Amino acid sequence: MLTDLTIHELGARFRSGDATPTLAAREYLERITALDPKVKAYLTVTAEAALSQAAAADARFKSGKPLGPLDGVPVGVKDVFCTRGVRTTCGSKILEGFVPPYDATVVSRLVRAGAVVLGKLNMDEFAMGSSTENSAYFTTRNPWDLSRVPGGSSGGSAAAVAADLAAAALGTDTGGSIRQPAAFCGNVGLKPTYGRVSRFGLVAFASSLDQVGPFAKDALDAALMLQAIAGHDPMDSTSAAIAVPDYAAELGRGVQGLRVGIPAEYFIEGLDAEVEAAVRTAIETLKGLGAKTESVSLPHTEYGLAAYYLIAPAECSSNLARYDGVKYGLRVPGARDLIDMYSRTRGAGFGAEVKRRVMLGTYALSAGYYDAYYGKA
Amino acid sequence: MTEPKITMAEVDHVARLARLALADDEKERMRRELDGILSYIDKLRALDTEGVPPTSHAVPMTNVMREDEPSPSLPQAEMLANAPDRSGEFFRVPRIIEE
Repeated sequence: MLTDLTIHELGARFRSGDATPTLAAREYLERITALDPKVKAYLTVTAEAALSQAAAADARFKSGKPLGPLDGVPVGVKDVFCTRGVRTTCGSKILEGFVPPYDATVVSRLVRAGAVVLGKLNMDEFAMGSSTENSAYFTTRNPWDLSRVPGGSSGGSAAAVAADLAAAALGTDTGGSIRQPAAFCGNVGLKPTYGRVSRFGLVAFASSLDQVGPFAKDALDAALMLQAIAGHDPMDSTSAAIAVPDYAAELGRGVQGLRVGIPAEYFIEGLDAEVEAAVRTAIETLKGLGAKTESVSLPHTEYGLAAYYLIAPAECSSNLARYDGVKYGLRVPGARDLIDMYSRTRGAGFGAEVKRRVMLGTYALSAGYYDAYYGKA
Repeated sequence: MTEPKITMAEVDHVARLARLALADDEKERMRRELDGILSYIDKLRALDTEGVPPTSHAVPMTNVMREDEPSPSLPQAEMLANAPDRSGEFFRVPRIIEE
């Protein structure tokens, strides 16, 4: 089955002529039809567009001119990225019916690299949550055990890659939203350094933290995905104008001689014994491969979550002010006046977690509390 | 019983600032939840941040300038296509000013 393969394995089949992008896209779409009613990773499947992108890739391979390692590779993207002509919900009722007039830079870069976009993946509403239970549409299941959550907020992306419903996927990470679901679903998730990847067309949650990254079946695939999306974008002034290295070439060099810091503060009461055992095993594995490990101290770790609880909601309360029932999405009718329309629309359109964070952020930024809360954090 | 971190009146005030209509039962739940979160956040007070300059980004950010050159924008019709209500080339909204 082509759906079992990594990106680099799939690319080899395409180049040798043993398989075609159309065949791969068909297999993935059939698997989505068969399995996604159980996993519920996709909010929107774009079968027709995917098949036409795949046909174009077929032609490139046939003429011996593929675009690169992602050409013809079926991928999914979190529903937080704008996709031209394809509804984009962010897992929220307030964006129901929103059809963006342009593609996010990361989406257009994937498409330009030849990737075939299968559809939009489920998420916690506006990326606020750790399980996809905050999606206004449905909860995604963990493919390893359907009674469990896949993590979040990029839970649809993690579940899709784990269940072979996409060869790879894009997600976003503000406070763990790539790293945690990748861990829950057992795939490779990478949160790049802030500024590495453009956020133009990414629906903003907390702008000083949001970053885009890949979910993949192995490290090489993650490198290939990052290669395609990384780099400066004139449309995002926070994207760094720093050259992008050849990530795939950096792989396979081993860890011999690397010094790895192990923060003492990460091993505290409340840490699950099974998780701790897995982390300790990973440390031993690194040592066995020649890395040196050293105990280090990050003394402010204890305050990280409290600071995050202020910074992320403060930025979210500002970013989400745009959902006012005027330019796109939901509008609740029957309002007395403009302010009443804003309030009713936002009250009906946002879920409980989003409202909580908007309230907390507004409070922390409001007169009299700014210095004590936001300034302090 | 310790003093609540946030009162119902403050919840009303903040909801008004946030343009968020909350039902009565939602307000009480919100007050309790915010109270819990604010109590947790209080642990930051234990940390001496005197003399630590405020940080707004984890990496250095500088203003980005470019030449002021015109370039095509998205067509007006496409930008209006998602509007819940419009009139010609305008977004239409409910009344703003009292009669």
